[in-house]
Amino acid sequence: MIEFHLNSRSGVAPYLQLIRQVRQALRLGLLRAGDQLPTVKDVAGSVAVNPNTVLKAYRELEYEGLVAAKPGVGTFVTKTLSDASVAAHQRLSLELSAWIGRAQQAGLDIESIEALFQRAVQSAAREEAV
Amino acid sequence: MTNATAAIDARGLGKRYGHRWALADCTLTIPAGHVAGLVGPNGAGKTTLISLATGMLAPTTGTVEVLGGQPTGGSDQLARVGYVAQDTPTYAGLSVADHLRLGAHLNPRWDAALARRRIEQLGLDPRQKAAELSGGQRAQLALTLALAKRPELLILDEPIASLDPSARREFLQVLMHATAEQGLSVVMSSHLVADLERVSDYLIVLIASRVRIDGEVDGLLATHHLLTGPRREAASLPASQQVITQSHTGRQSTFLVRSSEPVIDPAWTVEEVSLEDLVVAYMGQASAGSPDIRMLEVRR
Amino acid sequence: MIWLTCRQFRPQAITAAGALIVMAIVLAVTGHGVGSAYTSSRLPACHANCATIASNFVDSIGSFDHVLYFGSILLMYLAPPLMGLFWGAPLIAREFEAGTHRIAWNQSVTRTRWAFVKLGLVGLAAAATAGLLSLMVTWWASPIDHAASLAGGSVQAAAGGVGVHSTWFVETWLEPAIFAARGVAPLGYAAFAFALGVTAGVLLRRTLPAMAVTLVVFAVIQVVVPNAVRPHLLPPAHATVPLNIQNGSIHVSTNAGSGLSGIQLTGSFAKPGAWVLSQVFYAGRRADPDIIITSSGPELMMAPQACIPTPGSGIRPADCRNALAVMHLRQSVTYQPASRFWPLQCIETGIYLLLAAGLGWACAWQVRRRRTP
Repeated sequence: MIEFHLNSRSGVAPYLQLIRQVRQALRLGLLRAGDQLPTVKDVAGSVAVNPNTVLKAYRELEYEGLVAAKPGVGTFVTKTLSDASVAAHQRLSLELSAWIGRAQQAGLDIESIEALFQRAVQSAAREEAV
Repeated sequence: MTNATAAIDARGLGKRYGHRWALADCTLTIPAGHVAGLVGPNGAGKTTLISLATGMLAPTTGTVEVLGGQPTGGSDQLARVGYVAQDTPTYAGLSVADHLRLGAHLNPRWDAALARRRIEQLGLDPRQKAAELSGGQRAQLALTLALAKRPELLILDEPIASLDPSARREFLQVLMHATAEQGLSVVMSSHLVADLERVSDYLIVLIASRVRIDGEVDGLLATHHLLTGPRREAASLPASQQVITQSHTGRQSTFLVRSSEPVIDPAWTVEEVSLEDLVVAYMGQASAGSPDIRMLEVRR
Repeated sequence: MIWLTCRQFRPQAITAAGALIVMAIVLAVTGHGVGSAYTSSRLPACHANCATIASNFVDSIGSFDHVLYFGSILLMYLAPPLMGLFWGAPLIAREFEAGTHRIAWNQSVTRTRWAFVKLGLVGLAAAATAGLLSLMVTWWASPIDHAASLAGGSVQAAAGGVGVHSTWFVETWLEPAIFAARGVAPLGYAAFAFALGVTAGVLLRRTLPAMAVTLVVFAVIQVVVPNAVRPHLLPPAHATVPLNIQNGSIHVSTNAGSGLSGIQLTGSFAKPGAWVLSQVFYAGRRADPDIIITSSGPELMMAPQACIPTPGSGIRPADCRNALAVMHLRQSVTYQPASRFWPLQCIETGIYLLLAAGLGWACAWQVRRRRTP
């Protein structure tokens, strides 16, 4: 079962953090289709977070089609994110390492590389949102 | 738990000592089924509000209803509300087991199995006297007493203020677990916003004996924005944007505004605010002597 | 609520039970000896002129029993205020100080019930403890009390009802010093002191100040009541006693040089066990200003001529006697007779219990008023 944690300094809303952690676990294969998510009661009790927050996160995940709630039983994962993409991830990962190597050879230090990468990600996210 | 009856419904509630109003003109409706955080600096009136809601004090003006009934109603009304007072008092000479017997004798809906389970999970020795417990353990004992009577509403007055961080975390864990399990409504006060941020989904800000703002946390965070941009005066902002605090340097102005509409002026950099920033801003507004406008409630 | 009250009262209950058991053992053991000495002194069989037998018995009391006699009186004085201070004052004040009223008032019992059960149970315990103590002490001391009243009865003098003693034992159960340590009165005092303590605690909300106030108020009341209230609880009786040499109520004393040293009025008011409230001396119709109370008792200052010894011939008794008779000296006594002991006890206890109940009700009412966050 997945274990949640909350970073109160991250500036990200608690329910979003929970959602992201579920998605992350799905991607990494820690959660697979058919696995049960911890009950609202258990998450609230272990993370010390409002049960409504957990409910909101689970509802959002259900809306995205990642999980399904079975009344009286629990909430279960319906879809895995990692099926088709593990191979693609590996290839992308290698390409990324190569690019970083090239950037370092060009004289960029790690912070500049990170800044470059962040800017590219953010502009892509903005384009996606629009 | 969807329940039309509010957890706490106060109308014009006020309490005066001599010439000083400890709480003035308090009108708010805290919905049931939420964890409501009551936040404000020390001396703002949080304990007074809670004392009025639990029937410890009689109001000078106005009325307060708790779960639709009077705070000092008969034993039926008392059975519906659990209360953990400031500094989580316990009977120093009584043992942990004695406290549970106290609860069993004095409450018709006492859940002895729940109480025993909690005590075991906490690792408390039933024969130990309450005076020998640590602060965190005493707080947990007081919470167990309040939870095992199976109330509908739990009212807590700064229960974790004097606890160390791990005790604080454990207390909130137990509280949230019980809230989920028993479907409780909770009203909890604190002078530290950080304590309330994880657990509250409803917020009441009390400053200088008055309610400054109250509403669901999501709504409050969605409607308050931090605007940074070139220097301009507050009056030049559109009427729909209510300025809470402002600060200016030579070339730059920063405003914390409340607006129900999205801010689309391209000159502004718009940022979200945290709950702490929000409370600090309202404290600044109160001390700057801004007019005491009673903020409208925000509902989802 | 009953369980909680008993549980909270446990330490005090143990102390009280311990004290009662100790007293019971001590009194039972020594009482046996006192009782057998009493029966063997033939005092119970004596119906008239028992003063000598009584005196002998009283003199025969051993020193330990002597100490126990006065110790038990002291205990009866102390028991009610101690209960007021240690059972009454902390009852509710301690809860306010520790903040535990915020637990108690949030359980599913109303405040009124909470207050009434605490007041009722502990108040009952206080009254019962004092009552049992009084029962034991009264039983133990009654032979001595009875003998002491007989020993001093025939010489009941006029100085405030305290007889001319041959020992230190007291003359009558009605005397304030001993009235408070016998019978049912301590029960009423204990209930009242307890209620006083609780009231002080509710009003002041702090245990120590409440204890101080309780002590002071109770002490004042216990001084005022025997002097100002008790004499009037039942209409006192009156008696007028003629004073003359024949009945021995006047004593003319001369000194060595045939001078008159004084005319003492020793009175002949002889009602054993009566509590003399006041007396006035009359000569003829008017209260006589010539009678002064000195250290040896009342004395007639203006002696008639016939009673002043002439140098060389002393006093002529017949002339002095006639002169005094002509003066028509009388002593008018206001007193409560011995038979009034139990009626006064019951009335006084009733009043104290009523006061205690009133205070208790006031406490419960005050607790209900929601002024304590």
